[in-house]
Amino acid sequence: MGLFITCLVDGVYPRVGESMLRLLRRLDVDVQVPRSQTCCGQMHINTGYGSMVLPLIRNHVESFARYDVVVASSASCVGAVRHHYPGIARDSGDEDLVRAVAQLAQRTYELSEFLVDVMGTTKVGAYFPHTVTYHPTCHSLRALRIGERPLALLNEVEGIELVELPQAESCCGFGGTFAVKNADVSGAMLADKLSCVRETRAEVLTAVDSSCLMQMGGGLSRQGDTTTTLHLAEILASTR
Amino acid sequence: MTYLGLSGAPRGVGQLRGAQSFPDAAKEALGNDQLRANLKAATTTIRAKRAQVVAEVPDWTQLRSAAAAIKDETLANLENYLVEFESHVVECGGVVHWARDANEANQIVVEIVTAAGASEVVKVKSMATQEIGLNEALSDAGVAAIETDLAELIVQLGHDWSSHILVPAIHRNRNEIRDIFLREMDGVDPDLSNDPPALTEAARRYLREKFLSAGVAISGANFAIAETGTLVVVESEGNGRMCLTLPGTLITVMGIEKLLPQWRDLEVFLQLLPRSATGERMNPYTSMWTGAVEGQEFHLILLDNGRTATLADPHGRAALRCIRCSACLNVCPVYEKVGGHAYGSVYPGPIGAVLSPQLTGVSDNPSLPFASTLCGACLDVCPVAIDIPNMLVHLRSRVVGERHGGARPSLESMSMSGMALAMGGPRRFEIALKALRVGRLLNGRWSSSRGRGPLSAWLRYRDLPTLPKKSFRDTLEKRDSR
Ligand code: SF4
Repeated sequence: MGLFITCLVDGVYPRVGESMLRLLRRLDVDVQVPRSQTCCGQMHINTGYGSMVLPLIRNHVESFARYDVVVASSASCVGAVRHHYPGIARDSGDEDLVRAVAQLAQRTYELSEFLVDVMGTTKVGAYFPHTVTYHPTCHSLRALRIGERPLALLNEVEGIELVELPQAESCCGFGGTFAVKNADVSGAMLADKLSCVRETRAEVLTAVDSSCLMQMGGGLSRQGDTTTTLHLAEILASTR
Repeated sequence: MTYLGLSGAPRGVGQLRGAQSFPDAAKEALGNDQLRANLKAATTTIRAKRAQVVAEVPDWTQLRSAAAAIKDETLANLENYLVEFESHVVECGGVVHWARDANEANQIVVEIVTAAGASEVVKVKSMATQEIGLNEALSDAGVAAIETDLAELIVQLGHDWSSHILVPAIHRNRNEIRDIFLREMDGVDPDLSNDPPALTEAARRYLREKFLSAGVAISGANFAIAETGTLVVVESEGNGRMCLTLPGTLITVMGIEKLLPQWRDLEVFLQLLPRSATGERMNPYTSMWTGAVEGQEFHLILLDNGRTATLADPHGRAALRCIRCSACLNVCPVYEKVGGHAYGSVYPGPIGAVLSPQLTGVSDNPSLPFASTLCGACLDVCPVAIDIPNMLVHLRSRVVGERHGGARPSLESMSMSGMALAMGGPRRFEIALKALRVGRLLNGRWSSSRGRGPLSAWLRYRDLPTLPKKSFRDTLEKRDSR
């Protein structure tokens, strides 16, 4: 298996990558981290710079060519590979790339998809004695349709107390460069999301995208809130 | 219509552009607490109603695919269906006019109204006539246009703009409505309360007189049937039906994309529209007419205004499937925060962010495609399955492409190229990661949210994460990586 780190985790949230490794190794998965990977190009694509990412796509495809399965800690990055790569490859006119991208898209999974669908388990032997609320990120919910998989995994964590997040399915307002291009609207959406988080009184807010967690965590910290943000992998990796 | 599907087709003009960019207009709207409270309450209610009645329909997914397929087939053969439709309308006594754009359509309407000698016209709620700015054009020609849809009337009397396709006065609450009526309605009871039945009654009295005295009525159309020449208007109040039947002259302005090939296609669309729009199983009034009835003059204006140009764009043409149900507005978290005015066009919300730049060309609406987090809620509810998020991404690349065509590369495009370059290979990427960690030195000092640029925009509402000492790849041992 090849671990698709994502550039945000690599540079800003290495502990998420470390948790992914620890968790997958504990489950006896043969994980490797190809060093040639960089960034999937999602931000470029979504901001209108799709024409610049062809070299990134080629690099990504080559980096993971030798793995049977690719797993990422970000639903939106998996979404880019599944939903945007095919079109960009087609536009490039490179038939080999079109084929390689189609195959890669089929072998690429978000963490909870991999655990539940490929490994066929919701029990990963985790212990996490805290109150936790789960925000389903837009790309996990509507682009990948991972549904209840993360909740099924969290439910099996020993010691955890799950609290339902009100209006869970509304967007946190991140949206990549939207957060800075439309900062005021993004801030208003964030404020609504955080007031729902606060209602839960949870110690921990979790999700499957570090980018959305950066938005919500940054907002919580700005408002002096004590709720911490953790990626799903970090909770699933913790043990007694 | 030799330009159907070809480039060189006319651009959309009329009420499709705002004076401000979306972020600026949105910022103003966000400052209006009353507006935000009204929007939140209204969209929350309608979302729940829609979800409930949609869940009742076991074959919703199939209906949706059928609707998308019917619309796509119609659009692919639009030139044939339009000619077929025209011939049936003419056979049944109607007069058909073709308008390249908003200006031409307005001119045609003004000529017909003037010829009929009318100084006042009654109007059925219609997006097409708003798109072309017909009321303003009529007023310039000395003709008063009276909106007869209750919410449109509130907007009109308030000297205001619609902020929602279907609920134009969604930004007003009942106290504001009472004040508008007291100020603007002739002969209104000075003790009028803010009770909805009392407000409706006041509007009814006012409008009854108008229906009986007006010589000309103007409508849009929800659907038009090519095989019969029939027009369809779907509404809730019955005021539209009054307009369609009472005055001696009826003028209908419809976008050329409203066609459906066959009568039986309505079976699909009349199930999808009311449930998506108002959350009702069926709307109270559906009026259908074919040509002119005896003693009535009927004019039909087929409006292009950027539609053929949209049809020519393979990535954009699905926007023409839209049946203006406004379900996408109601679920949109961005629309919920800022309301319709911020979009600058008569088409707000997610579909507006796509349709307005498609009709006008992206250079006239460059900020709208970015007015979305791409959360995907709009696609989920759209009854004709328009992939709005993907279309927005496509439009963004067009905006960027046009900017690149300009003289100087923008700061944004330079940093994007810089990042793409840095991420193009592992060595370069590792250097970039090291450079990022230099930012650690600044930790704690990044607290200023003043100034411009992406960093200060981020810091306006959130803190930055604490940067780690090592990147993930630097924590890896030999055995981990290859
Ligand atoms: S885009 Fe779809 S959901 Fe939005 S108004 Fe049009 S038909 Fe309705």
